[in-house]
Amino acid sequence: MKGPTIDWAAISPLVTLTAGACLVLMVGLLRPAFVRNTLVPGLTGATLGAAAGLGAWQWGENTSVMAGALAIDDLTLAMLMVFVVAGVATVMLSARSLAAAEAGHGEYHALLLLAVLGMVVLTGSTNLVSLFVGFELLSIPLYVLCATELRREHSLESGLKYLIIGSLGSAVLLYGLALLYGATGSTDFATIAASVGEVGDDPLFLTSLALIVTGLAFKASVAPFHQWTPDVYEGAPTPITAFMAVATKAAAFGILLRLFDVALIGAANDWAPALAVLAVTTIVVGNVGAIGQSSIKRMLAYSSVAQAGYMLAGVVVSTRLGVSAVVFYLFAYSVMNLAAFAVVIARERETPYGDDLRALHGLGADRPWLAWPMTIAMLSLAGFPVTAGFFGKIYLIDAAVDNGYAFLGVAIVLGSAISLAYYLRVVAAVWLAAPGVSHAPAPLVTPGGQPAIAGGSAEAGEEPGTVAAPGPVAEDRSDSPQLEVAIVAVVCAAATIAMGIYPGPLFDVARDAGAALSGLL
Amino acid sequence: MEQLTIHLSILLFWPLALALFGASIGRRIAPAIAVFGALVPFGYAIVLLLDFDTGAAGLQYVTDDAWIEALGIRYKLGLDGLNLWLVALTTLLFAAAALWVFLRPVERPRLFTFHLALAETAVLGAFLAQDLALFVLFFDLMLVPFYFLVGQWGSGGREEIVAATYKLIIYTLVGSLLMLAGAVGTAVLSADGGTLSFVLSDLAQAELDESTQRWIFVTFALAFLIKMPMFPFHGWMPDAYRAMPLPALAIFSGVLSKVAAYGFLKIVLPLFPAAAQDYQTLILVLALLSIVYGSAQAFTQTNTRLVLGYSSVAQLGFIVLGIFAFDPEGRGGQGAVLQMVNHGLVVAPLFFIVALLAERSGGSEDIRDMGGLAFRAPVLASLFLISALATLAMPGSANFVGEFLILLGLFETKLAMAVIAFSGVALASVYMLRMYIRTMHNRAGERTDSRELTVGDAIVIVPLVLLIIAFALYPQAALRDSEPAVEASIQEVVR
Repeated sequence: MKGPTIDWAAISPLVTLTAGACLVLMVGLLRPAFVRNTLVPGLTGATLGAAAGLGAWQWGENTSVMAGALAIDDLTLAMLMVFVVAGVATVMLSARSLAAAEAGHGEYHALLLLAVLGMVVLTGSTNLVSLFVGFELLSIPLYVLCATELRREHSLESGLKYLIIGSLGSAVLLYGLALLYGATGSTDFATIAASVGEVGDDPLFLTSLALIVTGLAFKASVAPFHQWTPDVYEGAPTPITAFMAVATKAAAFGILLRLFDVALIGAANDWAPALAVLAVTTIVVGNVGAIGQSSIKRMLAYSSVAQAGYMLAGVVVSTRLGVSAVVFYLFAYSVMNLAAFAVVIARERETPYGDDLRALHGLGADRPWLAWPMTIAMLSLAGFPVTAGFFGKIYLIDAAVDNGYAFLGVAIVLGSAISLAYYLRVVAAVWLAAPGVSHAPAPLVTPGGQPAIAGGSAEAGEEPGTVAAPGPVAEDRSDSPQLEVAIVAVVCAAATIAMGIYPGPLFDVARDAGAALSGLL
Repeated sequence: MEQLTIHLSILLFWPLALALFGASIGRRIAPAIAVFGALVPFGYAIVLLLDFDTGAAGLQYVTDDAWIEALGIRYKLGLDGLNLWLVALTTLLFAAAALWVFLRPVERPRLFTFHLALAETAVLGAFLAQDLALFVLFFDLMLVPFYFLVGQWGSGGREEIVAATYKLIIYTLVGSLLMLAGAVGTAVLSADGGTLSFVLSDLAQAELDESTQRWIFVTFALAFLIKMPMFPFHGWMPDAYRAMPLPALAIFSGVLSKVAAYGFLKIVLPLFPAAAQDYQTLILVLALLSIVYGSAQAFTQTNTRLVLGYSSVAQLGFIVLGIFAFDPEGRGGQGAVLQMVNHGLVVAPLFFIVALLAERSGGSEDIRDMGGLAFRAPVLASLFLISALATLAMPGSANFVGEFLILLGLFETKLAMAVIAFSGVALASVYMLRMYIRTMHNRAGERTDSRELTVGDAIVIVPLVLLIIAFALYPQAALRDSEPAVEASIQEVVR
């Protein structure tokens, strides 16, 4: 008897991520501080790097694996690059963070790797079953990661909220997938695509569409299913917020592209108007919601809602150009958001204001190496030229107008106009506000008797010197900007500018990713 | 086949490169390096002026390279009769401003000179761009340095400055973003399923149908009218003019408004000729309103910056009148190009003089606090008078020639409007002379202190005023260079 052939080369990124997660979890059990603080993050970074390297090796192969359930094609691999960038940045941002120490470095990083694995499976899935497996594999680690600052009530609240809303979204999605199977008689995307034309306006099919859109809209924080976003983003540890904002969104859009622009393309007349309305609603709700926020994390949460609206417009267009535009925008979106979140993290650690806008006052005079990345990130999010956001928007508008959705292009433009009001507030806080902040180190957690954490890591209680008390280490933090965080900020800002000046190579990547989807114009 | 050269790229990026270099070296030396960074492009521009093949239609010194092939965006720069003199004006004013900053040190000089240089690169880019996406990119980019210049070095209270930056950015960027949508729409619809191209000459070939032209025209016109600004889109102007540091304001008023007027000639008329015909009357009415409203405001304002600001609104009204006169010989358009250069040339020294006036009247920029400043400062008074007389288009000045051509062109096509526009000429003399008399003559103000200008000030202002005089004697230089290009633009519409 002969077993099925396994294309090990194609699934090598997935294998690497799985093995890396197990390894990191095991190594994290070792006691020495060196292991926890250096080895575990190092191994995590190495795993992500290896996955990216193997992905680059597989570029252009466009293979289908697991009996047609997963496509390791250029779209999946392009998204893998986004996840890796977000993952590596998160690992760096989490260094010396409270969350990693309280949850245990091994667990924290292993969960991160598993979430990345789930994202790759989700974006690569060409079968309803693998779609749901990937969806859950990415969601469950994130529920836990949101609650990793075990002693901070908001973090726990954030995790719980995300769990409840996320489960609801999963349930709705699952119901929709089941109905889709019922309507088309298959879980395979190719077969679904073939039979969608015959189904027509079968109520079963239309219900399944509505439920699937709703389920995925929760994950991509598309209005009106976005309400959890600001609360969860605000409460979660900031490195995790950055990861969710970038990678989760990329994963959700990866599968939106694959499901709607491949499997359901035959029914575009049914879902395109609905998604177009959702896109416009999302753009308006996100941009208007962001205006009054004083917490930068909440503001960025609403901004991410608005950006989701722009990208959803690219999904609606459902041409190859639209897919490429969304992929390009996801790259741009990732680097500019990571730069912004890195600066927020740096300021959370060195001012007593947390993520309030006041934490940025006078940044331009005090910390140019943080001020410039923040400025570039905000200008890029607003779509100023010579940044990645500018070409991202041109590409999206181009795709929209090209397929007769000029009104979506106009919506993107008007949304950007509204968004200036809040992005510029941040720039104004950085450069124009007087630096009225004393740099007294904020106590990271209440020093002294800490409550024992039920089920928490034993590490947290043991090393007050590195984590809790404002001892010499804490003072050191206030004197020098944290190196890893500053590196993330500067590198991401530089990438934002580089993509704004020489976006050619990235356009090629985006075009290959778009070409990977069959059956598009 | 046009021969490709690298000259314009050097001209374009030299200021920015030098400013970055200077900023990385040190705060003392940065302004000096920035002066070098601004003087070299000026020298370059003069060489280009002399070397320019007068009378030839089409682009010269073209740089053309693929940039973003996926979107059909090319890095294409070129000089023609439309932008040649505006490029020269830009380099001149930036050189003057850099010199001014060098002689009168500002706080945080490295950042200041960096932003000025970024502005110069952006403005030159907008003038030189021969690709629509490239133009939009530079047009939007112009805003960034001025946002920071107003925000960080602006005058007035913190809240006023923040309000000024908000108005400046939101007004102008809303226009620019709409233009971005319009630009993408133009390219996509012109390609009509074929290969996408943003190159202006390709876009001019493809004729869009009239209804499409109309909505795209609106997006472009809005962006340009806000940028100039024209009535009723000038809401951002008073606050921004009050707050902007003077060397930046001299440039802003001198060249940024011209980019918008140039955009009408370079982009709107060749690309959307039918729509330009349709909207001709509307735009002309707005231009007339700008002349009347701007003049009336300039006559009632007491802040010297705002007198000049509103006078610019009126002057820009004249320029737009000329562009949209659409007389077959293109006299109006030629007058408009000449007037763009003239206005930049006179308004910049006037703003520098405002800085000197404020120093002599206890820091106030209000004409009620001035008076009698000519008493011990005959040279300053003469320089001011020459600039003021040129602004009000005294016969003998180049401005007179410009306005004359504009009105001549308009007479041919729209007689009634030309008659109204004449009143604007008369009003200009009222507000400029009022400003001159109230500041330099009359009874001395309480805190005034009449002093002659220093050598440092003279180094900046005197050359500018000398150029005004030189230009008055020989305006044909600009007219000859611009004639073929302007006619080509206007012919698109009139045809």
